[in-house]
Amino acid sequence: MGKKKNRYAKYGYLFCLPFTIAFILFMLYPILYTLIIGFTDLKGLGMTNFKILEDPFANFKTILTNPSFIKALKNTVGIWIANFIPQICLALLLAAWFTDKRSKIKGQGFFKVLFYMPNIITAATIAILFKAMFDYPMSPANDLVMSLGLSDTPIQFLINKTVTRAIVAFIQFWMWYGYTMIVVISGILGISPEIFEAAEVDGANRVQTFFLVTIPNIRTILLFTLVTSLIGGLNMFDIPKLFMLGGPDNATLTTSVFIYNQAFSGSYMYNRAAAASMIMFTIICILSAIMFFLMRDKDEEKLRKQIREQEKAYRREQNALKKAGKEGA
Amino acid sequence: MLKNRSNTIIKIVIYTVCILLAILSIAPFYIMIVNSTRSTVEIQAHAISLLPSRYALKNLAILTGKSFDPMKGFMNSLFISCGATLCAVYFSTMTAYGLVVYDWKFRKPYFSFIMAVMMIPAQVTMIGFYQMVYKIHMTNNMWMLILPAIASPSMVFFMRQYMYPALSMEIIQSARIDGAKEFAIFNMIALPIMKPAIATQAIFSFVSSWNNLFTPLILLTNQEKYTMPIMVSLLRGDIYKTEYGSVYLGLTLTVLPLIIVYLVLSKYIIAGVALGSVKG
Repeated sequence: MGKKKNRYAKYGYLFCLPFTIAFILFMLYPILYTLIIGFTDLKGLGMTNFKILEDPFANFKTILTNPSFIKALKNTVGIWIANFIPQICLALLLAAWFTDKRSKIKGQGFFKVLFYMPNIITAATIAILFKAMFDYPMSPANDLVMSLGLSDTPIQFLINKTVTRAIVAFIQFWMWYGYTMIVVISGILGISPEIFEAAEVDGANRVQTFFLVTIPNIRTILLFTLVTSLIGGLNMFDIPKLFMLGGPDNATLTTSVFIYNQAFSGSYMYNRAAAASMIMFTIICILSAIMFFLMRDKDEEKLRKQIREQEKAYRREQNALKKAGKEGA
Repeated sequence: MLKNRSNTIIKIVIYTVCILLAILSIAPFYIMIVNSTRSTVEIQAHAISLLPSRYALKNLAILTGKSFDPMKGFMNSLFISCGATLCAVYFSTMTAYGLVVYDWKFRKPYFSFIMAVMMIPAQVTMIGFYQMVYKIHMTNNMWMLILPAIASPSMVFFMRQYMYPALSMEIIQSARIDGAKEFAIFNMIALPIMKPAIATQAIFSFVSSWNNLFTPLILLTNQEKYTMPIMVSLLRGDIYKTEYGSVYLGLTLTVLPLIIVYLVLSKYIIAGVALGSVKG
């Protein structure tokens, strides 16, 4: 066995080599480079030369006290919360309906295909489509408002901060609830049917079954959804960037848009953008650590536990035998 | 009797909500497609119409008369997305094979490391990446958008989870006895076994590469190299400010290929989303 292991082990390294090289070149090096730039004076279009600042943390301090960055961070988290709570609620409700054996909803495949569709469409297109739909003076939204008699004159939806933020949150919700629903459904289908049968025998109604049986059994999947959605939400870029360019009055400015604007417009502050990136990276690292902890190889762990228990049982048996032998003697 | 009635009411509620949500999914795209065939004057009179008009070709002429070139964007996006997808699925399967089949010293730490870097988004590395690419004068080189796909940690994770039960060591052993080289075993035996996983992952990789706006927006400055999402962002500009019909047509042209592909492959895509979540 040992011999065989040595003979083939080198192929393990060989097969993982392309990934390793690409990772170092395109991820590790850029991250470290970004980190270093965060401590320097690198700014200006097309500049690549830099020197470390006298106060290396000056950029980080500037960013953390920059009102635009604070606002962007608040916007990002706010928009994420405003999209995630309705999203997970609707996804859970639909999943409960679709997996309920007593209602037997027909056309599930059809509904799933339609609910998931916005997720596959280019976010850039969706952002501009929604911009066109709420435009002033004439747009589908205004057409609707005026034909329903809610207003006699067209409304300037997109100068209102709350409305634009709500629309961005709605777009995110609309693009992602179908995905979340499918994930939750597959989680529910993974629960052993015996548990549901037992609940039915015990006389639990739909609502009780859902809250006391279904939800506790899909905890991990819910947490997975939460963390991936949060990380995705913290990097929200396409929609806020193209919908209202972060406006009006920075109402839809997210951290990614802030970083982009710092580095690729105005005075090309690569250093400050890098510092902001690293702050976001730290936040995401903490979230990833939680994720990593959640997704340890559970089967392997179970197996190891089982082996350990078997060994213990074996030893106990041996001990008991020895004892019995001694007593017998 | 009473139970039956409440059951019926619940069912009515469920179907109503589902149908409303279905309409919500379709309506924006329907309005977009219909408006792409209507003239700006018609749209200004009534922005919502259920019936298409006859101005599609006129809108197209206005659209392509300016900087918007859907064909070029389509070809560029196709090249980048195909390249990135091929790189991602081939090398991810290869890495997963290295992790599953061979027993090497750092196998476990390496896998833990892949899981740890799975969540790193492109956004946080972008300043360093841009500076690096700029320094070697490759900013308008499409390969800079394709090659990074070789390292796709989340796809490696998925492939490994799929490969564990699917690939039996006996087949590999017997191929070795027949004198096959390790690399050939991977290409001739492992890849075909992994086909279903490769297909689903390929779809998702292709779509996310096709829809990516952030990286191309930063790297590509040459109009000749613009991808579809950057082409779309041009519709946001002032030059199309009053050309409503053309803007809708431009949006439609970018979406139509995706909708068609989606409707054809929807079964596999939905199954893939469900599978990915269970495995993940």
